[in-house]
Amino acid sequence: MKKTNIHLSALTALMVTAGGAFAAGPAPEVTNYDFAHDGPFGSYDQAQLQRGLQVYTEVCAACHGLQYVPIRSLGDDGGPGLPGDQVRAYAEFYEIWDPTLEDGFGDFRPATPNDHFPMSQLEGAPDLSLMAKARAGFSGPYQLGINQLLYGMGGPEYIASLLTGYADPPSCAPDDFDGTYNAVFTAGGYPEQCYDENGERKYPGSWIGMTQPLWGDDVLYADDTEATIEQQAVDVASFLMWAAEPGLNARKQAGFTGVVMLSVLAVLLYLTNKRLWAPIKGKGRQEEA
Amino acid sequence: MSGIPHDHYEPNSKTEKWLHSRLPIVGLLYDTLMIPTPKNLNWMWIWGIVLVFCLVMQIVTGIVLVMHYTPHVDMAFASVEHIMRNVNGGDIIRYLHMNGASLFFVAVYAHIFRGLYYGSYKAPREVTWIIGMLIYLLMMATAFMGYVLPWGQMSFHGTAVITGLFGTIPFIGEGIQTWLLGASSVGQPALNRFFSLHYLLPFIILGLVIVHVWAFHTTGNNNPTGVEVRRTSKAEAEKDTLPFWPYFVIKDLFALVVILAVFFALVGFHPNYLGHPDNYIEGNPLVTPAFIVPEWYFLPFYAVLRAFTADVGIVQLVNFLSGGIITADFFGVLAMFGSIAVMALAPWLDTSSVRSGRYRPMFKWWFWLLVIDFFVLMWVGSQPAEGIYGTISLIATTYWFAYFLVILPLLGVIEKPLPQPETIEDDFNAHYPNTDKSGEAAATPAE
Repeated sequence: MKKTNIHLSALTALMVTAGGAFAAGPAPEVTNYDFAHDGPFGSYDQAQLQRGLQVYTEVCAACHGLQYVPIRSLGDDGGPGLPGDQVRAYAEFYEIWDPTLEDGFGDFRPATPNDHFPMSQLEGAPDLSLMAKARAGFSGPYQLGINQLLYGMGGPEYIASLLTGYADPPSCAPDDFDGTYNAVFTAGGYPEQCYDENGERKYPGSWIGMTQPLWGDDVLYADDTEATIEQQAVDVASFLMWAAEPGLNARKQAGFTGVVMLSVLAVLLYLTNKRLWAPIKGKGRQEEA
Repeated sequence: MSGIPHDHYEPNSKTEKWLHSRLPIVGLLYDTLMIPTPKNLNWMWIWGIVLVFCLVMQIVTGIVLVMHYTPHVDMAFASVEHIMRNVNGGDIIRYLHMNGASLFFVAVYAHIFRGLYYGSYKAPREVTWIIGMLIYLLMMATAFMGYVLPWGQMSFHGTAVITGLFGTIPFIGEGIQTWLLGASSVGQPALNRFFSLHYLLPFIILGLVIVHVWAFHTTGNNNPTGVEVRRTSKAEAEKDTLPFWPYFVIKDLFALVVILAVFFALVGFHPNYLGHPDNYIEGNPLVTPAFIVPEWYFLPFYAVLRAFTADVGIVQLVNFLSGGIITADFFGVLAMFGSIAVMALAPWLDTSSVRSGRYRPMFKWWFWLLVIDFFVLMWVGSQPAEGIYGTISLIATTYWFAYFLVILPLLGVIEKPLPQPETIEDDFNAHYPNTDKSGEAAATPAE
C-alpha cells in the first residue's frame, strides 16, 4: 500500500463538535492512502466496497447510521453491486420504525430495499452518509489548497487515518481524562497538562468520544483478505466514500466524455477561426489565392 | 443614437416586410448581431460571452434543481441529497450549478479587471460600467442566497454572519437584520425568502445584462488601444471594425469551449474542490463551525471587512469623532461596501485623458499591483483573523482604497502617456504587417 504523509491542516480537519476548541500544536498527519477511486480515472473497487460494507455492518452500524443512503443502492452499478436477492436479504437484517403501521401508532418492521439505512443508534455518534465529504484531509501548503488539487480532498484518507490513529495517551494526561486519545482527531478535548510553556499543544490530536473500534480481525472477510486494522480502516473508508458519492464512477465518465468532446470542438473552432480571420490578418493569402 | 455607422436590416420578402412594419424584431436582432466591433479586440474581450453562457447555464440548471428541491429547514438538506442520489443526472446538474457560480465569478473578475486596465469605464462608457457594477452586486447577492439553500453548516452560519453585518448599523441595524431574516435569527422565514429571491434575481440580472449590452452597443466597444472607432462615414468605420458575426462570435465560441473543457474537468473530476466540507453537515444552530469561511469569490471583500479591528488607529479615531456610533464592526461593513463603491466610481476618480493602460507607463505598474493585491486579499480572507494576517489584510486593504482614491486621480496629472496610434486600423496593421488592403473589402459580412 503506497503511503505518503501529508500534514493535516487544522483548519479543514476541524470536526464540528460542540465545544471543540481550536488550538495550534503539532500538526497531525493524515496518511495519503492509495484508493482505487483516486485521480481523474479512478473508480471504486467493487470487492473493496463489499469488504467495507461488511466492516460497516458488523462494526460501525452498532452506533452509527447512514440515513441518506437507500439500501437498494447497494445493488447499483458503480457501488458494491450486490445481486437483488442479497440486497433484499441485507435489508431484512435491519428493523426500522414504520409510522404507518398499527393504525398510525407505528411499529417496527424489517426493512425493504426501498428503505434507507437506519439513523445513528447512539446519541453523539454522527451519521456517516456524508462523512467522507464532510471532512478534508489535506489543504496546504499555506492553505492554498494545492495538496487538495493534487491528491483530492482527503475525506476517506482522513477517516482511515482516524481509525488507525488510536495510540497510547501521552503520559502528561490524567488517567481519568474524558475520551480516548487519537493522534489524528483534532476537535476533541485536550488536557491542560499537555500544553507547553508557550501555550502550544505538545502532542498532535486530541481525545475523541469514540472508543477504538478496530483492533484487527474484527470481521472475517469472505475473500480471505487479511483483516488488519489498516485493511479494515481503508476498506470502510472506501465504502463511506461510495456512501457519500455513489455517482462518482458515472460522474468521472461524464467528465471525461465532456472534456474529450469539448477538446475536439475547440480544435474545430480554432481552425474555423483561423480560416475566418486569415484574409483579415493577411496571413495565408497565398493558399487562398 | 450615436452608434457606429453600419448597414441595417432590409426586409426583402413580403412576409419580412409585413412583420418589419409591425415589429422590427428581426432588424433588432440583425443589428445586434452585426454590430461593428473594433477588429483589434484581444483575448480579454471574450469574457462577456462566457458570462452570458454562465447566466444561461445557471438559470437552466437552477430551474431543474428547483423541481426537486424543498425549501424547508427540516427537508432542504435531505432534498439536496435526494437530488444527488435519486434524480437522473442530479449530481452532475447540481455540481454544474455549484461550480457554475465559481466560473461565473472567475469570468466576472477577469471582465472587471480588463475594464480597469483598458479604461473601459471612462467616458462615454460610464453607464455601461455602473450597470456592470449593479450586475456584480446582484450576482454576489444571488450567489450568497444560493449558498444558503443546501442548509449545510456553512450555509446556516454564513447566513448568520452576513445578515449580522446589517445588524452593526447604528440604531436601526437590529431592526434591519430582523426584517431581512423575517425573524430574530436564521430559520424557516429566511430560507423561504432567500429561495424566492435566489430564483428572482437571476432574471433581474438578465434584464440588466440586456441594458449593459445596449449601453455599449450605443457607445461602441472599447478596444485595447482605447482609441475610438472613426465614425465620420460608414467606409471609415469599416476600416476599424468587423461585424460581430461571424468574426467575434466564432472567436468567442472558441475561447468559451476551451474554458468549458477546463470547467468540465473540474466538475467531473474534482467537483468539491472549491466547496467547503462543512457544508456536507446539516445546518445546526447549536453547533458553530470553528471557522466560518465564505466561498472563494467573496474572500477579498471578506478580508476588507475583517481588516478594521478595534485596535486600528483610524477606527479608533472615527469611533471617537462619531461619539462611539461608528464601532469597529460597522466600520468594517462600511469599508467592505466602500471597497466596491470606489471601484464603481472609477470613471470619475481616474483623471487621465488616456483610456488604455497600454499607453500609460506608470499606471501599468500600479494596476498590476492592484491585481496582486486582489489575490493577497483573497488569500488572507481565508486565514484566521489573528496575528500577522491582520496586518497583511490592513496593508492590502489600504492599497485597494489608495489605488482608487489617490493613485488614479494623481496619475492623470503626473504621468506622461506614450504616443497612441491614430486609428484602430493603424494598430491592427502594426500587428499584422502583411495585411493586403484589398482584403478589407472581403471583410464585409458573409450573410
